[in-house]
Amino acid sequence: MAYRLGVDVGGTFTDLLLFEESSGSFWRHKTPSTPHDSSEGILNGLTAICAKAEITPADIEIFLHGTTVATNAVLEGKGARVGLIVTEGYRQIMQIARSFVPGGLAGWIVWPKPQPLAALEDTFEIRGRMNARGEELRPLNEANIRAQLEALKARGVEALTVSLMNAYLNGAHEARVGELAAEILPGIPVSLSHVVLPEMQEYERTLTTVANAAVRPVVGRYVRSLREKLRGAGMAGKLSLLRSDGGLMTSEKSEEHPVSLLMSGPAGGVTGAIWVGKNAGIRNILTLDVGGTSTDVALIENLDARRVRTTEVGHLAVRASALDVKTVGAGGGSIAYVPELTGALRVGPQSAGAVPGPVAYGKGGTLPTVTDANVVLGYLPEALLGGTFKLDRAGATQAVQTIADALKIDLYAAARGIIDIVNENMFGALRMISVQQGYDARDFALMGFGGAGPLHVNAVARLMGSWPAVSPVSPGVLCALGDATTRMRTETARSFSTLASQTDGAAVGAVLSEMEAQIRAELEAEGVSPDDIVIEFEVDVRYSGQAFEVPMTVTLADLAERGIAALTGRFDEEHRRLFTFNMDSEHEIVNLRAVALGQALDLPAAQLPVGDGDPIAAKLRDHELYMDGRMQPAVIYDRAKLRANDRIAGPAIVIEMDSTTLIEADCVATVDAVGNILITLAPSADA
Amino acid sequence: MSARIIQSNETPFERIAIDPITLDIIENALRNARVEMDATLVRTAMSPGIREQGDAFPLIADHKGRMIVGQFGSYIGPFLDGYGGTVEEGDLIMLSDPYSVGGAVSHCNDWLVLLPVFKDGRLIAYTSMFGHMSDIGGMVAGSMPIDASSIFQEGVRIPPVKIYKQGLYNEDVVRLIMHQVRTPDWCKADLNALVASCRVAARRVVEMADRFGDDIFVSACEELLARNHRAMGQLIANAISEDKVSFEDYICDDGMGYGPYKIKCTMWRENGRVVLDFDGTDPQSVASINFFLNENMMRMFFGIYMIMVFDPQILFNDGYYELIDVRIPEGSLLKPRFPAALSGRTHALGRMFDILGGLLGQKTPEFLTAAGFSSSPHLFYSGFDKAGEYFQLFQIGFGGIPGRPLGDGPDGHSLFPNFTNVPNEFLERYFPLVIERYETVADSGGAGLHRGGNGILMSYRFLEDGKIAIHDDRWFVPPWGVNGGQPGARARKILEKPDGTQTIVGNKIEDLEVEADDVLHFITWGGGGWGDPLDRDPALIVKEIGQGLLTPQGADAYGVVLTDDGQVDAAATTRRREALSAERGAVRVFDFGPDIETLRTRCQQDTGLPAPRQRLWEDVALAAE
Repeated sequence: MAYRLGVDVGGTFTDLLLFEESSGSFWRHKTPSTPHDSSEGILNGLTAICAKAEITPADIEIFLHGTTVATNAVLEGKGARVGLIVTEGYRQIMQIARSFVPGGLAGWIVWPKPQPLAALEDTFEIRGRMNARGEELRPLNEANIRAQLEALKARGVEALTVSLMNAYLNGAHEARVGELAAEILPGIPVSLSHVVLPEMQEYERTLTTVANAAVRPVVGRYVRSLREKLRGAGMAGKLSLLRSDGGLMTSEKSEEHPVSLLMSGPAGGVTGAIWVGKNAGIRNILTLDVGGTSTDVALIENLDARRVRTTEVGHLAVRASALDVKTVGAGGGSIAYVPELTGALRVGPQSAGAVPGPVAYGKGGTLPTVTDANVVLGYLPEALLGGTFKLDRAGATQAVQTIADALKIDLYAAARGIIDIVNENMFGALRMISVQQGYDARDFALMGFGGAGPLHVNAVARLMGSWPAVSPVSPGVLCALGDATTRMRTETARSFSTLASQTDGAAVGAVLSEMEAQIRAELEAEGVSPDDIVIEFEVDVRYSGQAFEVPMTVTLADLAERGIAALTGRFDEEHRRLFTFNMDSEHEIVNLRAVALGQALDLPAAQLPVGDGDPIAAKLRDHELYMDGRMQPAVIYDRAKLRANDRIAGPAIVIEMDSTTLIEADCVATVDAVGNILITLAPSADA
Repeated sequence: MSARIIQSNETPFERIAIDPITLDIIENALRNARVEMDATLVRTAMSPGIREQGDAFPLIADHKGRMIVGQFGSYIGPFLDGYGGTVEEGDLIMLSDPYSVGGAVSHCNDWLVLLPVFKDGRLIAYTSMFGHMSDIGGMVAGSMPIDASSIFQEGVRIPPVKIYKQGLYNEDVVRLIMHQVRTPDWCKADLNALVASCRVAARRVVEMADRFGDDIFVSACEELLARNHRAMGQLIANAISEDKVSFEDYICDDGMGYGPYKIKCTMWRENGRVVLDFDGTDPQSVASINFFLNENMMRMFFGIYMIMVFDPQILFNDGYYELIDVRIPEGSLLKPRFPAALSGRTHALGRMFDILGGLLGQKTPEFLTAAGFSSSPHLFYSGFDKAGEYFQLFQIGFGGIPGRPLGDGPDGHSLFPNFTNVPNEFLERYFPLVIERYETVADSGGAGLHRGGNGILMSYRFLEDGKIAIHDDRWFVPPWGVNGGQPGARARKILEKPDGTQTIVGNKIEDLEVEADDVLHFITWGGGGWGDPLDRDPALIVKEIGQGLLTPQGADAYGVVLTDDGQVDAAATTRRREALSAERGAVRVFDFGPDIETLRTRCQQDTGLPAPRQRLWEDVALAAE
């Protein structure tokens, strides 16, 4: 039998999900993360989950992994020391950073400016210049380059980036510098901007290339060490990593292009949601991944997640494809407070994190958090994680009482207020990716996962009008599930910047075909069979003069038959949908992109035994919780004992090893064939 | 004269008590709607000024026109007071004439759209946004002639007109406007973008009122304003003294050879309110540097500064307006009489922030920031390329952020919110330009424990013959330092011919002819320093020399003595610092650099430009009779 293992390493826990490919049976496991060396935690988990499934690591064919190692290297400033070679006159490009100061008028007074990712003292200029048509304006001077590289060598950098003006049009100068660097700084990895990101905008291209260089050694070390340990444990299968855009790449490729891993972590949840959606027959999904300190949201349309061209990590905005995941500082650990001056109730973005954590966790936390409010209201019953530790309800109550006192309202109203505010913050993030992009949230289901997602999903779905609210199977390890169920992916992009009137379908098609050949070869080199490769194309279109383009999917056949006009016509429709108007300006074809995908694995989900609609067999006990302004009787169910077609009337709570699902008073939940809980408004409340 | 609001449903809103949680939710939702306005604008606008540089400002106001979220405060009240027409459902009002709206916008380049939001026949809110148009016609490309002597030379002047009247689009009036401008494609797109942003926000407001109920929404707006009033009242009581404090700063010149122009503000607390009195400010200019300062805008500037300096957690809205009494003398630089030219107001606008910083920090020097809010340096370049196509560039430059209590001022950054540079590869691709240098100028930030940010040097090689115009300030009166920090370097502009000859050119000039292959070195101001430079860590001086942010000569200002191999000579540095300290004595709160008369005497020698001449105000007064 063939097994695949998805592994997601988070800040607190490492989640594992083992899949048996033919039957769809799966095993899950959660083990504490080991931040000093994540591969340790992974190995612990591997041993444990193999024991559960009664297999050995040798039975695992593919090991799929979402990792935050690149993200953390950037956030914690633990990337490599990068040397940077730029065009004469541009040494301070990273220091000036497009002159942007966030925070509104007078925001500069309190803005701590981050240090550039490549230090100014490690940045050197060379002579030679390309113009904006990709022609050589001034030649290189080899003696000058050698001198600068020698100077750089003396500074002891661990990686080198070359980013020259207009190199996106002509990379010849960069290539030559790269050759000389290989000679003068042997053993130092070199990244060239026109290779990493052949796109206009010198700052973004430089930043992206530097970021790639900075995380390369860290990611390389991690991947190689993990590979060795897995081999040591007897796992001979393939090792693939999840990219920020939700595709997979081989661990070898990830060592070269680690900038594609910056959003690897959150991408796992989104790809997991796609798999769940497919099995539940839900094609349009908004995701709500609620963790301890933050919540990630994304939009899935027709089982495809929206992608963006910019990956944002901390203060950096790097040009690399990523799923359009928005993060808001609202999670279970978010701290509630009442500022003296305004007397307003605020929740987050400060978080109690994993340590000291919410008061209810009894690890030393003293400030009231969202989790504490959930405990006070009775939404989180006393035991988490399968009963291994008890929540401190008294402590939580005491903490939330401080908020009630400051607001001069009663305890439960204060607790519910904290939940309402945090839900509103999640709602705000969801709007940004849906309503603001021209989507009607009512056409989407809302799926809540991560530790606390299923606790909030019902309430947020009500705010959005997005039904059903979905609590997927194993919501706590959905990221690992996503890692296990996605497919190989690679892509390439090129600047085209030509007016639609000055080109035609054939010309665009010719470039796209060339790009197809390139990425096909890449996937084949990664071991994907030619028959399994699917190619998709995207063309970025805008009205000439706009700064933002709209990506439009195209096929070569359509371009050949119907030409550019059909494409620009579709763009007009899309523009009207997004922004309410069209323009009579010319269309500009800005960028071309080609994506190669490996075979989508058709992993089935395991079917649940079918019940008669009555969940009584899964009932654990009667309970009481606060909702709609009063204490109400409720029932607690054990998720493991639910059967397909069971209907649960709210208010109710469904608990499992790593997550708790809350069903609100006027709602009803149905268990689908594979175990997802779908919550809708009860018929009476609907009217 | 006052606007007439026509509602088909005259039922007054009922004031309902709001629980604090609903209130916070509505506040958050409004803030999100405002973010959506920015996003919509940036994605659909076309001029580099708006789409790349972000020169546009949104707001959402309650049904009485008071700003609930936004940046510059509401101009809707003064607008309604001065507007003789009606405000009806389906209307969308556009305007650009500062004199029609009490300075709600301060020059004609800012086009403002105002959308009254109706729900069930009742006016429930306003959404509004204004943005800077690249060109609105008039005597020069870019429409900001520094040498204009009346507003009639500054391009199309739009009084409040309805471009949608009860839902009907008035195409003729838009065509009439677009016929006046040099860049109709940009202006059309930018206007569309402003309208789309207001519509998006209006939709959100109606959804919110649907969700919570109209009365609750309106009551929540009232309560948000009241909450802000309470917070600011407390802040004022704690932070503003009843003793008068005054501060003066200058606009260097008016582009006609006269200057500097003094702006003076005196501040005190009286009966729980703050008075900001501009008595002592120089009279209006005959050129276009006048800044028609709307009192509400000044209230908002003051509020934002109070908040940022003393407690950045507070969200600001219009609620505290009545706590601030702004007094501006008629006929002064800040309240010029019609038809004074206004297009070059950016310098005085920017200077307001230096003045506010200087006023607020005087009694609490630990909160003081240095000077450097120079204004927004502008460059215009226009002409016809070899293919006969017209090109026109309007670019906003940046400079040194002042030293702050928090630390060094960033080098070469923007003081205006959300502005960014236009990528140089974009400039080179779409304009006949090569940007040869783009760097900050070593030593230009004022020395201090916290160094002022360096100014920027941007070298433009022009590839086509054409005309340029430059508007900049802080070339004559330096950006001051505080708490021992020294002034930053002043702005400079140098035109270099292909043979290498260099000419210093003025900082406020129009219609300068340039030839292909000329290079303009556009150098902006450095921020003032904060705190005693003799206390700055010598290791940091060495590091910054290595980074090219400071030169070995620049180390003198810090009393740091270097060894031959560029390291700190610790013993010599200690001696040098002791000597400098003794010579200087105790540090002063403000270091303005030399006095105005000394600056004048040394002007030619220091800046390469003749000193501006003192205006004889008596003559102006006579001429005005």
